[in-house]
Amino acid sequence: MTLGPTASALALAALPLTALTAPALAERGADGELRVLYWQAPTVLNPYLSTGAKDVDPASMVIEPLAQVAPDGSLTPVLAAEIPSLENGGIAADYSAVTWKLKPGLLWSDGSPVTAEDVKFTAEYCMDPAFGCAVLQEFEGITGAEVLDAQTVRLNFDAPRFAPLQAFVGGRTPILQKAQFAACKGAAGVSCTAQNFGPLGTGPYKVADFRPGDVAQFELNPNYRDAAKPAFARVTVKGGGDAMAAARAVLESAEYDFAWNLQLPPEAVSAMEAAGKGRVVASFGSMVERIDLNQTNPSPELPEGERSTVKHPHPFLTDPAVRKALSMAIDRQIIAELAYGPAGKATCTILPMPEAYAPEAPACLTQDLEGARALLDQAGWVPGPDGIRAKDGTRLALLFQTTVNPVRQDEQALVKQWWSEIGVETELKAVDGASFFGADPGNPDTQTKFYADVEMYTDAYYLPDPASFLSKFTCDRIPTPETQWQGNNTPRFCDAGYDAGITELHATGDLAQRQQFARKLDAQLVGDGNYALPLIHRGMVSAHVNTLSGIVPNGWEGQLWNVADWSRVK
Amino acid sequence: MTEPSDLLVEETASNAAAPGAEALPPANPVEAGAPARSQWRDVWRQFRSHRGAMVALVLFVSIILFVAIGPWLWTIDPTFVDYRARNQGFSMAHPLGTDQLGRDMLARMMTGGRVSIAVGLVAMSIALTLGSLIGVVSGYFKRLDAPLMRLTELFLALPLLPLLLLMVTLFREPLGQKLGPAGGTFLLIVSAIGVTSWMQTARIVRGDVLGLKEREFILAAKSIGTPAPRMILRHVLPNVISPIMVAATLGIATAIITESALSFLGLGFPPDFPTWGRLLFDAVDQMQQYPWRVILPGAFISLTVLSVNYIGDGLRDAMDPRIRGR
Repeated sequence: MTLGPTASALALAALPLTALTAPALAERGADGELRVLYWQAPTVLNPYLSTGAKDVDPASMVIEPLAQVAPDGSLTPVLAAEIPSLENGGIAADYSAVTWKLKPGLLWSDGSPVTAEDVKFTAEYCMDPAFGCAVLQEFEGITGAEVLDAQTVRLNFDAPRFAPLQAFVGGRTPILQKAQFAACKGAAGVSCTAQNFGPLGTGPYKVADFRPGDVAQFELNPNYRDAAKPAFARVTVKGGGDAMAAARAVLESAEYDFAWNLQLPPEAVSAMEAAGKGRVVASFGSMVERIDLNQTNPSPELPEGERSTVKHPHPFLTDPAVRKALSMAIDRQIIAELAYGPAGKATCTILPMPEAYAPEAPACLTQDLEGARALLDQAGWVPGPDGIRAKDGTRLALLFQTTVNPVRQDEQALVKQWWSEIGVETELKAVDGASFFGADPGNPDTQTKFYADVEMYTDAYYLPDPASFLSKFTCDRIPTPETQWQGNNTPRFCDAGYDAGITELHATGDLAQRQQFARKLDAQLVGDGNYALPLIHRGMVSAHVNTLSGIVPNGWEGQLWNVADWSRVK
Repeated sequence: MTEPSDLLVEETASNAAAPGAEALPPANPVEAGAPARSQWRDVWRQFRSHRGAMVALVLFVSIILFVAIGPWLWTIDPTFVDYRARNQGFSMAHPLGTDQLGRDMLARMMTGGRVSIAVGLVAMSIALTLGSLIGVVSGYFKRLDAPLMRLTELFLALPLLPLLLLMVTLFREPLGQKLGPAGGTFLLIVSAIGVTSWMQTARIVRGDVLGLKEREFILAAKSIGTPAPRMILRHVLPNVISPIMVAATLGIATAIITESALSFLGLGFPPDFPTWGRLLFDAVDQMQQYPWRVILPGAFISLTVLSVNYIGDGLRDAMDPRIRGR
C-alpha cells in the first residue's frame, strides 16, 4: 500500500527545492543504475552499530526513521503520519512523553506490515545495556516504549524533556524490523552478521548484495510507499580510493554519478568542475572547525595521570586576555577562502545552524592584530628578546595539534604565522586521524587526552536542537584518567554559571527562550569566553554528474537522504 | 693508460702490501719496481675516467652546496606565509614560485633538502655499518653464522611500516623533550630507518664473504697467521666493497622515501618542517594546476638518488683492482 498522490505532493511541498528540480512524473525504476562512490566504503548497514557517515548514509536508503530533518532544520515526517507537537497532542503537556503515529498501510520490503511493535522493539534493542548502542545518547531519558495500538507508540521519559523529539528522528536512529532482529538483542547484536549486513527496511531500496569495505548493491523495494519512486532501479555504492580519485571519477570521467565527502583544495576542485561534466555541492549543517584551548596544563614535566587534568590549570590559556588575543589574531575569512573555498564559511559560533540559534552580531570575523597586541600589552605580556611575549617567566609558547590532512596543515601554517605576529610561539604537530579520534586510553595523541595546548578539529551535532551538544561543556564532562579519558569537554572548560545555564536550558520548553539561552551559553563558551575558537562553518562536499537531478543539500541528514527523489535528466 | 705489466705489478703490490708489509722480506716488489703510489690516488685516477661518475659527483656536490650554503644566500623564511602571493609562477621575487599559502618554493627546497639528504646519508650509514658488520661476521665466523642469519630473517619477516609506527609512537615524546621536536624526530627517524633496513646488505655481504673465504689469497694470509680482525679489514672488506656500495646507493633512496611516507602519516617531522618528501606529497593534490611543485622536489629526489648511484658505480669500478686500468 502506498500514499495517495496528494500526500506525496504535500511531502514534496515541504521541500521547495525538491519540488523544483524533481521531474513531475517519473516512472519507478525507469532510470537504470545509479553509481555512487563512497571512498570510505561502508562496513556495516546498521547505524546502531556504527555512526560513521560511510555506514549511515547507504543504510538510510534501506531503513528509515520516523521523521527526518529538512535542510532548514525543521522536521519532516517519514514513517510517522505527522510530527508530534503540543497542538496535536503528540507531545504530552508536561513534556514527559511523546506519542508517534505511523502512516497507515506501511509495508516492510518483505511484505509484512510495519507496526508500533517494531518501533518499541527498536527502542529496546538500542537501550539494552548489554548491547553497546552507538547512538544511545539519542535515547537518553527514555524509560520505555509503550504500544498504544498497531499504529501508535508512546515513548515515556523519566523527567520532562524539553527537546522531546530525539529518538527516531534522523537517519542515525531508523526503525528496525522486530521479526528480523528479535534474536539480535543485547550482546548478540554485534554478531548478527546477516541482519547487520542486510536489514529489511521501508526505504526505496533493499539490500541486494553487501560486501563490507568494498561494495554494496541495492535494488528496488517493491513495497515502497510511493508508487512513482524511486527513478533508479539499482544503486551501487562502491568504496575505495581517496577523495581526489573520487572527485575525478565524477567530475572528469563521469564514471560515477555521485561522490561523497570531497574535502579537497578549492583550486583543484574548480579546475575539475571546469570540465563541465559535473558539479560540486556543499551541504551546510552544524559542522564547525574549531580550535580548543586547553584550560589544564599539558606539560610533559608533570607526572603521567596529572597532565591535562584540572589539578594543574594552564599557565597562560586561563588568562582571558590571552584567549581573546589568540582569537583576534586569526583571519577566519582568509582561512575560508584559501583552504575551503565553497566548502566553508568563516564563523564565530559553534551553533551555526539553525540560524535562530546563531548569535546576531558575529564579532570575530575581522582580524585585529593591533588590537590583539595592545590587549596582551595591557595584560602584562611583554615581548622578550626573541619577540615571544612573556610574563613572570612564562613564555607564550604553544603546542598546536590536529589531524593529518592537507587542508588542516594549511590552516595550522596560517594560524601559526598570525600568532607569531602577536608574539606567540607555536609548535605544530599533526597526528594520524584514526589515532587522534580513537578512544584508546593508552595513546598519548588522542583528542580527548589533549596532551597539547591547543588542538583543532571539526565537531557537529545531528539534531537541530543544540541542547545536548551544549551539555558537553559542563564540568562533569571533562575527560580524566579515572574515566579512561572519556568525556567530550575537551577544552576542560568549567564554569558554574555555564552549568547553571545548561540546567536552565534543559528545564525550558519555550522555543524562543531556548534559543536565547543557547545563544547566551554559546557566548559564554566561545563568543566572550574564547575557550574554543570557532573558525569555519563547514559544509559536507559532494560531487554529482550534471545528468543527475533531484539532489538537495542537507547538512543534517546523510548525503543520500532523498535518494528516492533522484533521477536522470534525459 | 698503464701498461699491462705495470698493472700486474700494481695488483701484486696492493695485495702484497696488505698482510702486514713489515713481516715480509725487504726485497719487496713495491720498493723494487714502480715509484711509490698511494692506493687512493690510483682509485681517484680510475674514478676520474668514469665519465658518468664524474658528472654525478659534480651534481651531488652542487646539490649539497645548494642545500648547505643556499639558505645563507637566499634568506627568505621557508615557513613565512604570504597569502597575497600564493600560487605564483617563476619570478624574480620567487625564482621557483610559491605554494598554495605563498611560501617561497626556493627556500623550501633548500631547507627541505637539508633534512632529506641528512636523513638519507645518516640512515644509510647506520644501515650500512650494521649490515656489513653482521654480514661479514656471520660469513667469516662459522659459529655465528646460523644465529646471525636467523636474526636477519627475523628482521626481514617483521612488517616494517607498523614497526616504524610503533617506534615513533613510543619514543617520539621522550626524545622530543630531550632534543627538541626537530632534533628528536631526526634521531628517531634515522635510527628507525637504519635499524630496519640493514638486512639486505647483511645477506649480500655474507654471501660474498662465504665465497671469498675459499679463495687462495685468504688461505695464504691465513697460513702466515694473520689474525681475524686484520684479515677482515685488510682482505675481506675491500673485496666486498662493491655490493656494499650498491646497497648504500639504494639505501639513500629508500631512506628519503621512507621519511616522506612517515611525514605523510603524521609521524615524521612536524608539519611546518619542509622536507622533499613532504613537499612532494603536499603538491600531489594540485599536480594538474601546478605541476612544477611536484616536478621540483621529485626531480631533486631523483637526481640525488641517481647521482649517488653513479658515484657508487664509479667507486666500485675504481676500487676493484681487477677492473682498474681497463
